[in-house]
Amino acid sequence: MDDPIMVEVKDLHFSRGNTDIFRGVDLQIPLGKITAIMGPSGTGKTTLLKLIGGQLAPDRGQILIDGQDVHKLSRRSLFKLRRRMGMLFQSGALFSDLDVFENVAFPLRIHTELPNAMIRDIVLMKLQAVGLRGARHLMPSELSGGMARRVALARAVALDPDLVLYDEPFVGQDPISMGVLVQLIKKVNLALGLTAIVVSHDIKETLSIADYVYIIADGRVMAHGTPQTLDVNDDAHVKQFVHGEPDGPVPFHYPAPDFFDDILAPAGQFS
Amino acid sequence: MTRYLTALGRATLDTLSSIGRAGLFLVQSIFCLPSREGFHLWLRQMHFVGVMSVAIVLVSGLFIGMVLALQGFTILVGFGADEALGQMVALSLVRELAPVVAALLFAGRAGSALTAEIGLMKATEQLTSMEMIGVDPLRRIVAPRLWAGFVSLPILTVIFGVVGIWGGYLVGVEWLGVYAGSYWSNMQDSVNFFDDVLNGMVKSLVFGLVVTWIAVFQGYDLIPTSEGISRATTRTVVYASLAVLGLDFVLTALMFGDLG
Repeated sequence: MDDPIMVEVKDLHFSRGNTDIFRGVDLQIPLGKITAIMGPSGTGKTTLLKLIGGQLAPDRGQILIDGQDVHKLSRRSLFKLRRRMGMLFQSGALFSDLDVFENVAFPLRIHTELPNAMIRDIVLMKLQAVGLRGARHLMPSELSGGMARRVALARAVALDPDLVLYDEPFVGQDPISMGVLVQLIKKVNLALGLTAIVVSHDIKETLSIADYVYIIADGRVMAHGTPQTLDVNDDAHVKQFVHGEPDGPVPFHYPAPDFFDDILAPAGQFS
Repeated sequence: MTRYLTALGRATLDTLSSIGRAGLFLVQSIFCLPSREGFHLWLRQMHFVGVMSVAIVLVSGLFIGMVLALQGFTILVGFGADEALGQMVALSLVRELAPVVAALLFAGRAGSALTAEIGLMKATEQLTSMEMIGVDPLRRIVAPRLWAGFVSLPILTVIFGVVGIWGGYLVGVEWLGVYAGSYWSNMQDSVNFFDDVLNGMVKSLVFGLVVTWIAVFQGYDLIPTSEGISRATTRTVVYASLAVLGLDFVLTALMFGDLG
């Protein structure tokens, strides 16, 4: 990768209780590109986004955004850095007491001194981009899942951030909403020239828009490369994941005693 | 035996760490300086926490004053001291019942609602998204609610006391026939502004801070599931009620302990 680096993760270690989530993860997120972080459910993809956003602190290692160590910043400096970041949450995470318009206007009202007329124009432009200008007066409870995520996308890019983090943007979407979101993420990236990190396990959709892909499993980076190189990768883990094979190095069964021993166990030894 | 000791040790550590987190949380949120935007948020919370609790405080204050007068009259009349009814009603309300009962009602109505509201915001990632937008939820969500509770409970306590004294008047004077002049003048002679009214206000300020602190902390610190929200809401009402009753004894001992 010769592109300048926007986010760099170095030797990241993180655990919850006795479970190691990451055991030495290294990533480089290039500036102005869409980088996908993929992996089976439960590998800590969302945790990685929270670590990048400074909501969690690593046990060891560093995360640098534009050269700044996220976890060495003061609370004030961290909040200042976050103004340059947008995040699209899996649930949308819209503020339930504000309507669609005010949700998108929220970051502008907080971080800028723009007059109301200009805020209105910017919000309408963002809502027009996600196709929901007509829904500006609806409350979050009146939106479908797909609409909520589109509003959340408009809010995430309201301040024209340098970096946008997408947390499972395609989960639970019908095919039309999913297609719309795929297009929007690509369009927004091209139009604003921002750096995007997409965390997802929807292979087809994610590979169709990503410039570079990291696959994470067992607390480490299992493979990385462009979508084309990963598609022809021979590693059993990568093949199983990229081609969606039900059994392979990641077993179908949760660890359990032998099936026949379990079935034939005498009464009283059930557990 | 070792298992019980381990469990006891773990529970002690959990409790200590929870108290530590709650203390840091209070310090970080209470010193958030109010901006113009913060003032609007505080006003909105004053409506939610304070104004919307007025009805329950009015009704409870009225009935407690009425019951106090009825019970007091039946005792005092036996000693021929029914003129002292106003004094008894006023002192009971101003020193004890108004601050304590208003705080208990406040914990049940506003405290539980605050915990559930903040908990639901946490469960739906609204607090996280606020952080990611670069807005500190302690400043925007917690501080206005904390200050609204701190300011509104003393006001609710005054309303409770006034309505209670009026309820006592209705029963004592209008119904049971105590002379109105003695009801008011005995009250005026015996209730001291500094010793009674001000001490009652100090109690309600302390209760306001403690109840709201418990409520917002339980909401902010809960496990973001439906069960977590339900448990935290229950904890708010239980902890806040116990804290009010315990602190009431401590404050009463400090304020009135040397009178005898």
